[in-house]
Amino acid sequence: MAATATLPRTATAPARRKRFDWGQVRTYISALIILVWCLLPAYWMIVTAFRDTAFTFDSSFWPTHVTWDNFATVFDESLGNHFGRNLLNSLIVAGVTTVVALVVGVFAAYALARLNFRFKFAVMGFILGASMFPGVALVTPLFQLFTNIGWMGSYQAMIIPDISFTLPLTVYTLTSFFREMPWELEESARIDGCTQGQAFRKIILPLAAPATFTTAILAFIGAWNEFLIASQLSSDATRPVTVAIAYFAGAQPHQEPYTAVMAAGTIVTVPLVILVLVFQRKIVAGLTAGAVK
Amino acid sequence: MRKTFSKYGAPLAMASVLALALSACSGGSSSGGGGGGGGDASSNLDGRGPITYVQGKDNSNVVRPLVDKWNAAHPDQKVTFKEQSDSADQQHDDLVQHFQGKDTNYDVVDVDVIWTAEFAAKGWLQPLKDKLAFDTSAMLPATVKTATYSGTLYAAPQTSDGGLLYYRKDLVPNPPKTWDEMMSMCSIAKQNNIGCYAGQFQKYEGLTVNASEAINTFGGKIVDDSGKAAVNSSDAKTGLGKLVDAFKSGNIPAEAITYKEEDSRTAFQDGKLLFLRNWPYVYSIASKTDGSSKVADKFGIAPLPGKSGPGASSLGGHNVAMSVYSKNKATALDFMKFMTSQETETFYATQGSLAPVLSSLYSDQTLVQKLPYLPTLLTSIQNAVPRPVTPFYPAVTKAVEDNAYAALKGDKTVDQAVADMQSAIEAAK
Amino acid sequence: MSTKLPERTQAKAKAEGHHMPGRESADRKQVTQGRWASLLLLPTLVLLAIVIIYPVVNAIIMSFQKDAGLNAATGFFEQGGAAGFDNYAHWLLQQCNGQACPPGTIGSQFWSAFGTTFFFTVVTVALETVLGFWMAIIMARSFRGRSAVRAAVLVPWAIPTAVTAKLWFFIFAFDGIANKLFGTQILWTGSEWPAKWAIVISDTWKTTPFMALLILAGLQLIPDEVYEAAKVDGATAWQRFTQITLPLVKPALMVAVLFRVLDALRMFDLPYIMTQGANNTTTLSILVVDQIREGFNSAAALSTITFIVIFLVAFIFVRFLGANAVGAATSSGKK
Repeated sequence: MAATATLPRTATAPARRKRFDWGQVRTYISALIILVWCLLPAYWMIVTAFRDTAFTFDSSFWPTHVTWDNFATVFDESLGNHFGRNLLNSLIVAGVTTVVALVVGVFAAYALARLNFRFKFAVMGFILGASMFPGVALVTPLFQLFTNIGWMGSYQAMIIPDISFTLPLTVYTLTSFFREMPWELEESARIDGCTQGQAFRKIILPLAAPATFTTAILAFIGAWNEFLIASQLSSDATRPVTVAIAYFAGAQPHQEPYTAVMAAGTIVTVPLVILVLVFQRKIVAGLTAGAVK
Repeated sequence: MRKTFSKYGAPLAMASVLALALSACSGGSSSGGGGGGGGDASSNLDGRGPITYVQGKDNSNVVRPLVDKWNAAHPDQKVTFKEQSDSADQQHDDLVQHFQGKDTNYDVVDVDVIWTAEFAAKGWLQPLKDKLAFDTSAMLPATVKTATYSGTLYAAPQTSDGGLLYYRKDLVPNPPKTWDEMMSMCSIAKQNNIGCYAGQFQKYEGLTVNASEAINTFGGKIVDDSGKAAVNSSDAKTGLGKLVDAFKSGNIPAEAITYKEEDSRTAFQDGKLLFLRNWPYVYSIASKTDGSSKVADKFGIAPLPGKSGPGASSLGGHNVAMSVYSKNKATALDFMKFMTSQETETFYATQGSLAPVLSSLYSDQTLVQKLPYLPTLLTSIQNAVPRPVTPFYPAVTKAVEDNAYAALKGDKTVDQAVADMQSAIEAAK
Repeated sequence: MSTKLPERTQAKAKAEGHHMPGRESADRKQVTQGRWASLLLLPTLVLLAIVIIYPVVNAIIMSFQKDAGLNAATGFFEQGGAAGFDNYAHWLLQQCNGQACPPGTIGSQFWSAFGTTFFFTVVTVALETVLGFWMAIIMARSFRGRSAVRAAVLVPWAIPTAVTAKLWFFIFAFDGIANKLFGTQILWTGSEWPAKWAIVISDTWKTTPFMALLILAGLQLIPDEVYEAAKVDGATAWQRFTQITLPLVKPALMVAVLFRVLDALRMFDLPYIMTQGANNTTTLSILVVDQIREGFNSAAALSTITFIVIFLVAFIFVRFLGANAVGAATSSGKK
């Protein structure tokens, strides 16, 4: 996997060690800037999430007026917030989408990575084209269609369009992963008398599990973060977290409840960030798979 | 059909979408239109039986006790309460979807005053006449106007809302009666180093409310009685011009261009404003003595300032209507009467702080004791002009919002903004 | 796609009881692999046809229908009937009922939304490419804590755009931290250019990491010896960058830029949540969503136009700028 293989670039020749290494200092300063730029806004979200509403705009860097109230507000049904429900909805929509995309996509990826056939280029082009398809071009016809057949606001009303971008992404990522796997094992299995199908089930699938898992995380994050389709095609009962956060209700009508929104954002984001950090290397590999050769 | 499908999982759903979709497609593009309003509107007029009442999020828990009370008295005509979300846009979408599906289970629906004409024109609301006639004589006339389309009553006013002027009585002993008087008091704000006046000027529905109030107050109109665009008048220009001038002179602080209701309330409550235009809900919040409000004992309320007397407020509130697809229209009508009765209206006011539509309640002593702003609100609603009653409300409000916003920011002249408003409203067909 | 049908049918018919013989000619192998491939690809292609091609075809059909209009005599809405190219003329030529669409109608916003969309695309992608390149170069160096930096850049990427939008909306509030930090009193979301920049900054924060990681992956494929050789030849750092790094990273870079451009062209979440499209931040996607409730058919025409615009841009990239994502993905790459 390309991104995990690290190649030290900066010269560390003994001759340069003697002098103070300005290049290295610049590197550290740059790295610090990147760290601050990437993490500070997220830090600000968490600090605000724990701040008392009355001090929403407190500008001190460290946590002040710390409280759990905002998290209570997030789940307060009497305010019209159904965040537990929203979390479950996101889990259902993103989960089903991921499973469908994986189950279907894994076969296509195998074919594209391993088999020689005509129109391969065209098929890959079509699948890639599909992944770049604009969501609004689906929302309009589906809005009308789902209204006519009474699916508006159902889970499938979100899952179906979500598949339009998770499936191509899954196929694309898996194809790249599959091409890098040790396929000699498959050959030897077939020499031992396995059919290609058996070789696929017994040798390839177990080998492909880590790649598949990484792809699943990417697809899941994609579907979990989806907003446009959900904002148009979900209903009270099926609303996922992204839309719920955008339309959050505070303790008063007409209120923009910043602290509660930040609390909700924290709840949605923290598990995702932990997941991403734990599987960091694999995710980077999955993100960049296919883009480089 | 809907129920059957939602029961099955997504995979089956996807497998069948193509077939279903094709059949939906062969019928051509069936958008919005409900057709000529006949047919369903003349059937089931005597039907009695269980019905469903649909309303947005019941925030102050007023609907459930009422429905329980009704059900205890009408065991064979029970009402089921279907609660929608608290977002107005989503309530609107939900109603549209069920009406388009000719759902017989959405019998009685709660509709925002600005949706009534649209739903009526699409043939989804039962006209309240003849057998289903509804008596609105005790109700405030402005509220009845919001429920009337093409000369026919399509809904019953249920709750109302009007704008109030909140003012700092510690700095201004007597509230201004007219807009110009208010502007002349802005020197007081300057002396105290605070902003003078603010309403809601962010580009959203609230701006339509504020801009319409300015236009109506000075004698202009957005649309005429037949629903045609009528905004291009010198009165309308004067009205909008007053807001623009106030922005230019700084009497309305520049940041008010980003204000929605809560931003403006917060500013007033933090002592940063001398005058505020807002809804009655602000009253109890700003009165809190727990330290959250810096103006708790220092503010008073008055009708919106006008040209020579009280200004013309825009109207908020909700109407209750009956679906043409209902099977039990006689029950539905009885329930609508129950939901707008004096007793219910009193309950709304005491329990939910929702402004009544019956004029008699505004002088009810026990109510006034609990909601001291009622007499002022009555003046506001009596002088109110409903927002345009038109099936093209979304287009009309966009026309007002976009052009008023451009004028307030100085991107175009008042004359140009009003002329553009006129042609933009005319373009909606 | 349609050319695949016969092959697919064939594969279906012969699928059962099919066994792989131990030895076979290259020709025969190609055929059997073709059958296998058709079978394996079938579910994906069918599913994509259902979720993409069907709605698109449906949208195109809808776009040639009139929206329901009000019959002034009865006061009720009536079905529109066939529209020809009226809906397209409405958007492209700004025609509202035979006159130019006045300001304050959705129709009048098409070209400004078009311009806004391309403004966001050009500015954000340019910024993200430059910043991403810089980040990638830093992350490619070896220093202690490098893995922490690489992990940190994934944080903005993982946060849902809706949350990102709310977060930056809060940061850019009038009383928010941005104004306090810089001692300014800017109404970030309340006037045109600040609003646009607020959105650009949020988008850059959110998506630069993606760009940086793609470029980093490209950088890591360049062997160190190439640089060493260049140094021996006396090439300056700038020469090394322009003559070695850039050309060698270009394929990865072009693919990354292509992805980002197509993503930016459909931008919706950030402006929709931060400004609701006010102050000239309405993108084409927002315009479609605004139109849906005021008339499906007109919205369908607009979404078809949006789709074609994005398709054309992708075509130009692939055809003339050599961004070859398909090639990268299909080449039987040797590692």
